[in-house]
Amino acid sequence: MTLMNEIHAPVPADIDEPPADANRAPKMSARDVSVFYGDKQALNGVSIDIRDDRVTAFIGPSGCGKSTFLRCLNRMNDTIPSARVTGKISLDGQDIYHSNMDVVQLRARVGMVFQKPNPFPKSIYDNVAYGPKIHGLASSKGEMDGIVEKSLKRAGLWDEVKDRLSESGTALSGGQQQRLCIARAIAVDPEVILMDEPCSALDPIATAKIEELIHELRGRYAIAIVTHNMQQAARVSQRTAFFHLGEMVEYGKTSEIFTNPRERRTQDYITGRYG
Amino acid sequence: MATSSGHTLKAFDDDLDRLRALISEMGGLAEHAIREAMRCLQQRDVEGAAKIVENDAKLDALEVETERRAVQLIALRAPMAGDLRDVVAALKISGVVERIGDYAKNIAKRVPLLETMGNIEPLSLLPEMARIATEMVHDVLTAFVERDADAALRVMERDHAVDDFYDSIFRTLLTHMMEDPQSIGQSAHLLFIAKNIERAGDHATNIAEMVYYAATGQHMTEAQTGKKP
Repeated sequence: MTLMNEIHAPVPADIDEPPADANRAPKMSARDVSVFYGDKQALNGVSIDIRDDRVTAFIGPSGCGKSTFLRCLNRMNDTIPSARVTGKISLDGQDIYHSNMDVVQLRARVGMVFQKPNPFPKSIYDNVAYGPKIHGLASSKGEMDGIVEKSLKRAGLWDEVKDRLSESGTALSGGQQQRLCIARAIAVDPEVILMDEPCSALDPIATAKIEELIHELRGRYAIAIVTHNMQQAARVSQRTAFFHLGEMVEYGKTSEIFTNPRERRTQDYITGRYG
Repeated sequence: MATSSGHTLKAFDDDLDRLRALISEMGGLAEHAIREAMRCLQQRDVEGAAKIVENDAKLDALEVETERRAVQLIALRAPMAGDLRDVVAALKISGVVERIGDYAKNIAKRVPLLETMGNIEPLSLLPEMARIATEMVHDVLTAFVERDADAALRVMERDHAVDDFYDSIFRTLLTHMMEDPQSIGQSAHLLFIAKNIERAGDHATNIAEMVYYAATGQHMTEAQTGKKP
């Protein structure tokens, strides 16, 4: 290659973007999803794809519907009696709201990590082994040990807890508890991990560790994260969706949303001009 | 894209306003320096020229201050989208305006060397050329403060006039030098002065591109910049 060619070689459009595999279907896809709590409509016709080769962040002010939408993706809204979901959400092309969908199986495939770390009041080992046990994923103690170790390693917690697996999960620090919850979610080998403000109760160092973990897990799992922290959305995601008043106002590359959003409402929100 | 209102955090608005005010102040000084340099050149005002050279330090100090404030704003406010583009533009523009100030200083430094010069033709063209260039600098910085992309585009168009002046002065001075080799020294100085003004106009167009990007989030197209591919 000549020098001139090198100079004029096309610059990759997005440094942070893995080359998209156009033939790969999105892991999850939502079409015209609306949610009602009784008479009140909380979400209005949201359509979006969640892919396993990138992290998708949902941002927006409180009450905008982002958490409501996240909870639709593994039917957590089923637990609210007045909640009604319309539209279609599919996982690998399969309608997750279809009557033949096993919700327990669905939640194993689409795991969730919550705002506040919520380990079971059990040992670290049992916290991670709980899911695989009820789903019958291990046939022997040795196999279960393997799952626990692999999950804790992927969650970046193994080195800190390997000598005290029998201690209570609740005795860990907040950041460690959250990584334990991520290990617990990973243990059942999910395809999608939903995170609802996973760092809002953590200090900056624990937050950085979770963010690094999200980066490591990208590509292995489809990840969708709800966050109030826009810098966090900018740091960990490749795609960002902005929600406002139950609508998805804008969806696009994270780098574009944060430098040049198309919609006035997005611009006002991310620059701190709301209200 | 314009934004609808001020920030929820008023101090953020104050910081951005202060940054814009600094750029305006720098622009005012640079414009004044070029105009003064022209006046000194015409009136052979050596003392006035020395003052221009001296005053350039103010512009340098303001550039440092702009950089300090921009870095601080990025660190403390984490600006996004249009705000981020504004701050980055301010950072870049301050460097360019400082450079325009340097051109004025360079012109001023040549004034003592031309003290004994007769009234040759290009001397009458230079002030008009400088007037257009300084207007461009003025208007493009107003466009920045007002985030006016259209005004930035209008500044681009005027650069042709400055370039035409430069070509004309170049040819005239060349003829002059050939006809009267005694004048080569002086003519060379005038040529550099014309070049300095031409550069100031070019820098105004560079600023226009920055203003356009800051205001719209889009880069000017080649047709808009008037650059030949």
